[in-house]
Amino acid sequence: MATEHAAAAPTAGDYIAHHLTHFNSLGEKQSSIIDWSVVNYDTLFYSVGLGLLTVFVLWLAARKATSDVPGRFQSGVEMLIEMVADQAKGIIHSAESRRFVAPLALTVFVWIFFMNAMDLLPVDLLPRLWQAATHNPHATLRVVPTADLSATLGMSTGVLLLCLYYNIKIKGAAGWVHELFTAPFGSHPVLWPVNFLMQVIEFLAKTVSHGMRLFGNMYAGELVFMLIALMGGAWAVSTTGILLAIGHVLAGTAWAIFHILIILLQAFIFMMLTLVYIGQAHEGH
Amino acid sequence: MNLNATLFLQLVVFLVLGGFTMKFVWPPIVKALDERAKKITEGLAAADKAKADLALADKRAVEALRTAREKAGEIRGNAERQAGEKVEEARTEATRIVAQAREAAQAEAGLAAQQARDALRDQVALLAVAGAEKILRREINPQVHADLLANLKQELQ
Repeated sequence: MATEHAAAAPTAGDYIAHHLTHFNSLGEKQSSIIDWSVVNYDTLFYSVGLGLLTVFVLWLAARKATSDVPGRFQSGVEMLIEMVADQAKGIIHSAESRRFVAPLALTVFVWIFFMNAMDLLPVDLLPRLWQAATHNPHATLRVVPTADLSATLGMSTGVLLLCLYYNIKIKGAAGWVHELFTAPFGSHPVLWPVNFLMQVIEFLAKTVSHGMRLFGNMYAGELVFMLIALMGGAWAVSTTGILLAIGHVLAGTAWAIFHILIILLQAFIFMMLTLVYIGQAHEGH
Repeated sequence: MNLNATLFLQLVVFLVLGGFTMKFVWPPIVKALDERAKKITEGLAAADKAKADLALADKRAVEALRTAREKAGEIRGNAERQAGEKVEEARTEATRIVAQAREAAQAEAGLAAQQARDALRDQVALLAVAGAEKILRREINPQVHADLLANLKQELQ
């Protein structure tokens, strides 16, 4: 898959860097770590597109949902919904909150699974098509939205906002502020700053780890696919090249099969943590 | 790994997708699931009831069969008894008729014998009168001696 690149003879570092550069509003690689004026068009395009696909698929099942004998497709979606509903019921005890949180968890699960599954496409397929379409051999495109930290932290920030919302909704503003300063160590005034600091750290840690976990897994998976592609791409310029080509096929197959587990698992973990964090917002310390 | 405004846009997309699912996907499917669960519950209950009904009907049928058999036995017994009675009656009647016939015949025979005897007696009386006429040759007036002769006849009876 990467043979074209080998022919153009970029270095391995160039190849990787090129693949890790977003198609963004800057038109070049973002240099600063944080720049709120930049938007990644590719991430948005694929995440919104796959999000629409997600809700479309779910809507297809919902549109024809009947209490009669369900077809295979409806059964599949129903099993998914039952699974999510069961998990939500076990974690969030407020039926009122579940009306939004359980559907959200379902959407997140399917959506993240779709976004992660973009990793299984050949790493060069969509970028090459994009370069051909734009007639720009240097055009960059990243197709796995969940391998973009902005996207995963965006979702985990969404979960954080929901946690804050439900904290206030369930405990009341005063009750929540009281909890912020008196939990987890106690209500002695000396402990107030410590408690508050702990709470802030807890929220931050939850949110960052929630987003980072998904990002890290997908980013690493993407990188391994790129390295495998590089190995295959080097077959023409090496005397032992045929072994590299074979290695590419073997490693690519093995990693792709393993990755099926990862993408599903990460989607499930993200969904479960969404439920757990929002569930924690419903419980007093 | 850089952070940029994609984060906020992704956040909005995240909440919008969740909202869409909450509004248009979750309720109809959960409703269908609940309805199906209810249907299945009702179906199972109906099946149980049908099974119970069937058992009851079976029991009733067996009961009815037994009653019918008993009734049939009773009817057969009655019929046999009645037939026996009829036969008995007929036999009695026949015996009676035979006895009557015999009696009648005997009576008839007795009558005939009487008549024969009477006729014989008349003739004997005539013979006696004729004999006496011959013996006596004297005028014996039958009119005068009718009493005498009648007495004689009586005696011969």
